[in-house]
Amino acid sequence: MQHVAIADQTEELHDPHSFITKYVWSQDHKVIAIQYGGTAIFVGLVALVLSGLMRLQLGFPESFDFIDPSAYLQFVTMHGMIMVIYLLTALLLGGFGNYLIPLMIGARDMVFPYLNMLSFWFYLLSVIILLSSFFVPGGPTGAGWTLYPPQAILEGTPGYDWGIILMLASLAVFIIAFTMGGLNYVTTVLQARTHGMTLMRMPLTIWGIFTATVLGLLAFPALLVSAIMMMLDKLIGTSFFMPALVSLGENLDYTGGSPVLFQHLFWFFGHPEVYIVALPAFGMVSDVLATHARKNIFGYRMMVWAIVAIGGLSFIVWAHHMYVSGMHPAFGFFFATTTLIIAVPTAIKVYNWVLTLWQGNIHLTVPMLFAIGFIFTFTHGGLTGLFLGNVVIDLPLSDTYFVVAHFHMVMGVSPIMVLFAAIYHWYPLMTGRMFNVTLGKLHFWFTFLGTYAIYLPMHYIGILGVPRRYFAMGTTDFIPESAQTLNASITVSALIVGMSQLFFLANVFWSIRNGEKTGHNPWGATSLEWQTPDVPPKHGNWGKELPRVYRWAYDYSVPGAKEDFIPQNHPVTKEEQTGGEHEEKA
Amino acid sequence: MYLVIALVLLVVGSLIFHWWSPWWFTPLASNWSTIDTTVNITLYITGIVFVAVNLFMAYAVFRFRHKADQRSKYEPENKKLELWLTGITTVGVVAMLAPGLVVWADFIDVPEEADVIEVLGEQWQWRYRLPGADGQLGEVDARYISQANPFGISPNDEAGNDDIIVDNSELHLPIDRPVKVLLRSKDVLHDFAVPQFRVKMDLVPGTVSYVWFTPTRTGKFDILCMELCGIAHYTMRGHVVVDEQDQFDAWLGEQPTWAEIQDIAPGDTLAGQGLYTVCGSCHGQQGEGNAAMNAPRLAGLPDWYVERQLHYYKAGIRGSHKEDIYGQQMAPMAGVLVDDKAVRDVTAYIASLEAQTANRTLAGDPERGKSHYTNCGACHGAEAQGNYALQAPTLAGQDDWYLKRQLENFRLGIRGTHEQDNYGHQMVLMARSLQNEQSIDDLMAYLSSL
Repeated sequence: MQHVAIADQTEELHDPHSFITKYVWSQDHKVIAIQYGGTAIFVGLVALVLSGLMRLQLGFPESFDFIDPSAYLQFVTMHGMIMVIYLLTALLLGGFGNYLIPLMIGARDMVFPYLNMLSFWFYLLSVIILLSSFFVPGGPTGAGWTLYPPQAILEGTPGYDWGIILMLASLAVFIIAFTMGGLNYVTTVLQARTHGMTLMRMPLTIWGIFTATVLGLLAFPALLVSAIMMMLDKLIGTSFFMPALVSLGENLDYTGGSPVLFQHLFWFFGHPEVYIVALPAFGMVSDVLATHARKNIFGYRMMVWAIVAIGGLSFIVWAHHMYVSGMHPAFGFFFATTTLIIAVPTAIKVYNWVLTLWQGNIHLTVPMLFAIGFIFTFTHGGLTGLFLGNVVIDLPLSDTYFVVAHFHMVMGVSPIMVLFAAIYHWYPLMTGRMFNVTLGKLHFWFTFLGTYAIYLPMHYIGILGVPRRYFAMGTTDFIPESAQTLNASITVSALIVGMSQLFFLANVFWSIRNGEKTGHNPWGATSLEWQTPDVPPKHGNWGKELPRVYRWAYDYSVPGAKEDFIPQNHPVTKEEQTGGEHEEKA
Repeated sequence: MYLVIALVLLVVGSLIFHWWSPWWFTPLASNWSTIDTTVNITLYITGIVFVAVNLFMAYAVFRFRHKADQRSKYEPENKKLELWLTGITTVGVVAMLAPGLVVWADFIDVPEEADVIEVLGEQWQWRYRLPGADGQLGEVDARYISQANPFGISPNDEAGNDDIIVDNSELHLPIDRPVKVLLRSKDVLHDFAVPQFRVKMDLVPGTVSYVWFTPTRTGKFDILCMELCGIAHYTMRGHVVVDEQDQFDAWLGEQPTWAEIQDIAPGDTLAGQGLYTVCGSCHGQQGEGNAAMNAPRLAGLPDWYVERQLHYYKAGIRGSHKEDIYGQQMAPMAGVLVDDKAVRDVTAYIASLEAQTANRTLAGDPERGKSHYTNCGACHGAEAQGNYALQAPTLAGQDDWYLKRQLENFRLGIRGTHEQDNYGHQMVLMARSLQNEQSIDDLMAYLSSL
């Protein structure tokens, strides 16, 4: 008998019955997705609070006794690491990847459900280890999310003792969790697609998640290796990253190691990580745009190849994070060139999103608002990347707030806009109910305008030359007093944006019980996840028979068709063949 | 509709913010105007794309917003349009990249006539070394670094003897001469950055990196560490003073060579004892201090700290602030010591006095104070024993009323703000992380308990 994920199931499924097997030790990809998502959003909120504390210090220095230089660096570090790894990576791949892959490709589940379950529990363990570092002597590490040695493991850095060890251990466990999940996603996409679901008929969401997962499987080992080596340097005194040095007046025994080697390893992971976050977001936003503009995604094939090209290129640009690291300066030519080349496929994606809107029939629903907001913020963040990627421009801007503003626009705000778009878009599928539209719109406006009010001015603080990771600026000869006013206004915006996330939380929880029931496919979407027999989909997703796919995922407003969308599992009709110039995609 | 208005306003607002806000690069003071040019090219190209894409999107949302009888156009792709867009984008990217690479080629190609100097970074200070008469810097190695040899200059390399040692955070450079700055770190990563020069580069322990520029404007500029280097990262500041050639030569002439520093004889305790009688009238003959006279305890303080403070008092670096009443009393007393030898002698005597336990006069909670001390301990040591490498004096054994007054003086800028006070400015920044008197009293209570 074929595996359950790819076979028709003529007999009753052995559904789990007890509460424990259904919701706790669950092997259902949808439950695991919610577990991943809930945990990720929870730690994300912790990181959000940390950013608020940082902003309080920066906006109103000399006001808060409990934020001292150590605590500040600990907030910075934990905020960054949680947001990048434990929120974004986990929510996009563990959450949406898990939920959407089987449903969108017409499978009953992931191909390795047990491994999938283990993946979540390892992820949860990594989160617990990470958060426990708040409660150990010395507190969490304050080495910056990049954890650069030597300082990460030497006295003089907060959490140099317990904090860094727990951080490295947590990362190692996270990578194990990711690998179990990631192997699952890749195998499922390659092996468990239903009849007719060719690769070039997959929704861009799946292309984005699939490519990101491949990147993760190739990139995370570099981080694992560097975490293990640093752990050895710390615990048993090896010298992988530690040269001969004198720490706070004491000559240590290390010799011969290279701090720059760590940076190469870290960014060999770290740059693909940007696209591990970005590509699923690219994919999901494409589907939200197409659905709510009632129009096919423009240039689907180009979009697929752009995702693949960006994924490939992301492995040869890493050292643009290291232009001023003291590496061999000739690297600058190579990495600046590859970095700016990556702008071409990225720009194509932006053009195609905007062209998808052109001549569409745009419904400004809450998910659509977030999707359009994403195009704006991503364009902004992408363009400032052209400054930093161009090696000489990085000289004045590196390690200033311009960098902070850039990566928050491109890697913070933009993917989070997509995450919100996606949560609102798929909320009716996950719960069977509609969210509250008014709360959703309030959430959008506060988040969209608020984040721009944070990050646009922040670029200018960086251009002035204000360094990042400074607890306080004090007085300098080149920063005008007015910069402090700007910092205060950024803090006020940040606190408002932070608070406005309560609209989102309230909406999500309130609507589970009180939202209007939506029934099947409220957005009129074409992709398979909306065509399940039950809403929300039940264990096994498809009842007795798997769906058959006859067309690509973007048959919106097909000339001659009665409705303005034709689901992927509807056979091609005579009317549409004669009604339009479109040829069916093979 | 609101969305269309918002998008247009954001685009227009961004442009207005850009043109009318006062915030932009600080005026250039080096040869790297080409970097500014490259920035401007990128700014214009990306600015045009930003405006074009977003206004087009706003227009699309306006024109194709949902209406009852409207249907989208079915257009899977348009190869010609996609090719055109790809082509134009490629041209734009080349226009930004090409000048960038040309300038980078200049940046990594140091002119042969450039002067070579060395910047040494350590937690959380800058020091400098310039070649002496022989025109070259002596060999160094981390193994040789010690209190007596902070640069780690090799005793086996003759070339090191005439090296000029700048054991403070102020560097001078002559105007209009290209300089290659060798960057070396003792401990962790640092980054040498002067915003007016536009260039920056990390200092990496175990290797030597470099950066070059030609100062084109006289003046005093901040040096900032821009690579996170620990708790006091933000206090790691220095200065570079760009001089006319003759001023520079005069400054250079005042700096000691490595050989001269090694030749300094240690202080004479016996001679110091004689000199100390004057000091003892306030500070006590055993150096125990006298709260009534506002004279702190001296016994237990390390020699290098006492020597530096005496030098500061003599030079008006400390005790010259008009609100520093007690410092003003000390300054003329320090003036009694006629020369550097007298300072070293009396210092040697003070260092020989036996440390005592502190008098506790303030009510505070040592437990709470302990948590505040985490930051202080990074430099002053877990037991407040002080650390030469960080120029952080011993705090244990000092009376709490004195420590509190000094902490408040730092906070208020009464101490530590003089331009030549190399280490005081760090304490000014650090002391400001404590906001209220109770916290300070708690901290003092903890220190008294050590």
